[in-house]
Amino acid sequence: MRYLHKIFAVIAKDVVAELRTREMLSSMFVFSLLVILIFNFAFDLRAENQRTLAPGVLWVAIAFAGMLGLSRSFIMEKDRGSMEGLLLTPVDRSAIYLGKMLGNVLFITVVEIIILPIFVVLFNLSAADIPWLLGVMLLGTIGFAGVGTLFSAMAIHTRAREVLLPVLLFPVVIPVMLAAVKLTAAILDRLAFDEVQNWFSLLVAFDLIFMALAFILFDYVMEE
Amino acid sequence: MIEIRKLVKAFGNRAVLKGVDLTVAEGEFLTLVGPNGAGKTTLMSVISTLSKPTAGQVRVSGYNLADGAVEVRRQIGLVSHKTLLYDDLSAEQNLHFYARMYDVPNVNTRIETVLRRVGLWGRQRDPVRTYSRGMQQRLAIARAMLHDPPILLLDEPDTGLDQHAAAMLSNLLHEVGATHRTVLMTTHNLERGLELGDRVAILAGGRIAYQADKSELDARQFREVYYQSVEG
Repeated sequence: MRYLHKIFAVIAKDVVAELRTREMLSSMFVFSLLVILIFNFAFDLRAENQRTLAPGVLWVAIAFAGMLGLSRSFIMEKDRGSMEGLLLTPVDRSAIYLGKMLGNVLFITVVEIIILPIFVVLFNLSAADIPWLLGVMLLGTIGFAGVGTLFSAMAIHTRAREVLLPVLLFPVVIPVMLAAVKLTAAILDRLAFDEVQNWFSLLVAFDLIFMALAFILFDYVMEE
Repeated sequence: MIEIRKLVKAFGNRAVLKGVDLTVAEGEFLTLVGPNGAGKTTLMSVISTLSKPTAGQVRVSGYNLADGAVEVRRQIGLVSHKTLLYDDLSAEQNLHFYARMYDVPNVNTRIETVLRRVGLWGRQRDPVRTYSRGMQQRLAIARAMLHDPPILLLDEPDTGLDQHAAAMLSNLLHEVGATHRTVLMTTHNLERGLELGDRVAILAGGRIAYQADKSELDARQFREVYYQSVEG
């Protein structure tokens, strides 16, 4: 119970800090909105190619906006000098990882909830798909933030941290992105679950593997 | 109580601490002075579990750093030249967060007690970024004392403070010393170090070059010993 209490304390602290500044959420939202708008105008979409391109556009927007959030997650702690205070607390470091990771999932999900209706309107999709799309987005976000939080913690020890994070993260999350795009396309194309069950299993498996690995490795990453 | 035996800390091939032996008895206020680069902050980082020793042994309140890091962290409060605070949060929100992380009972009462003690009750809802440097450092002391740790580590706590704020901090540290905590403080300021500590030690060349009870020497003698230790 105490362990969960510590995880929620980290999440609550990040949420309160974000509500005070709104720096992360606003930049993630504006960035993802711009990506969707630019793709929408650039491709000059017609009805026949909308469904083909929409899943890719959605996940490009999520991945880049999520990267903005992840890169700030630990860098803000480091730059503002509070990182050592966090590490000095008498808690297992895995509780800090889970608190930070779930906070990142929460922030990215909030942005997804805001941009999804805009995306559905711009790409002329059915509003009935939104609940299913949110489900896939949540699964994809867990995998993305699970490993991204670990890499974000690794990157703070380096000079070129803003560059290093995407360079490290994107190759590793390719399976998650691939499965998420396939599942999103399946929802838009009204495919039966059986036809994409393998992608669903792959996404869930990578979520679990990434979280377990990050959970184990976080303590080593936080050593100087 | 803090016991340090043959502590070595190296970064790559460069050893910063080269076999430090030091004991701070229970309830003692020990001041550690040394020039820039002597390894004072590195020593504090190792004792507070932020950095792992290369060799040697450190025990804090009987807990070994190697296998009891979480318990060691519970025993100590650290005040450094960095405040370790969230400047977007208020003093109250900062202390609430740390209270939850340290399992502090009766949180609201305890927060009010420590904020009154450092003279910040009344400004508890203001964001920390609106505080002066001196106020932030007083809040850092409140944060370090929030869980009532038996050991306080003070790593150059007066860095960046003006004379008035530094004097206020000294008074506060006097009070802290009077509460029978074990205190290990590093400083550049020889006079302040001698004034506050029960015992003084000099860290030079990665080793403890000198240590003595305060009663054994005056400010002039201490300054002479310091320069001999640092230059020798």
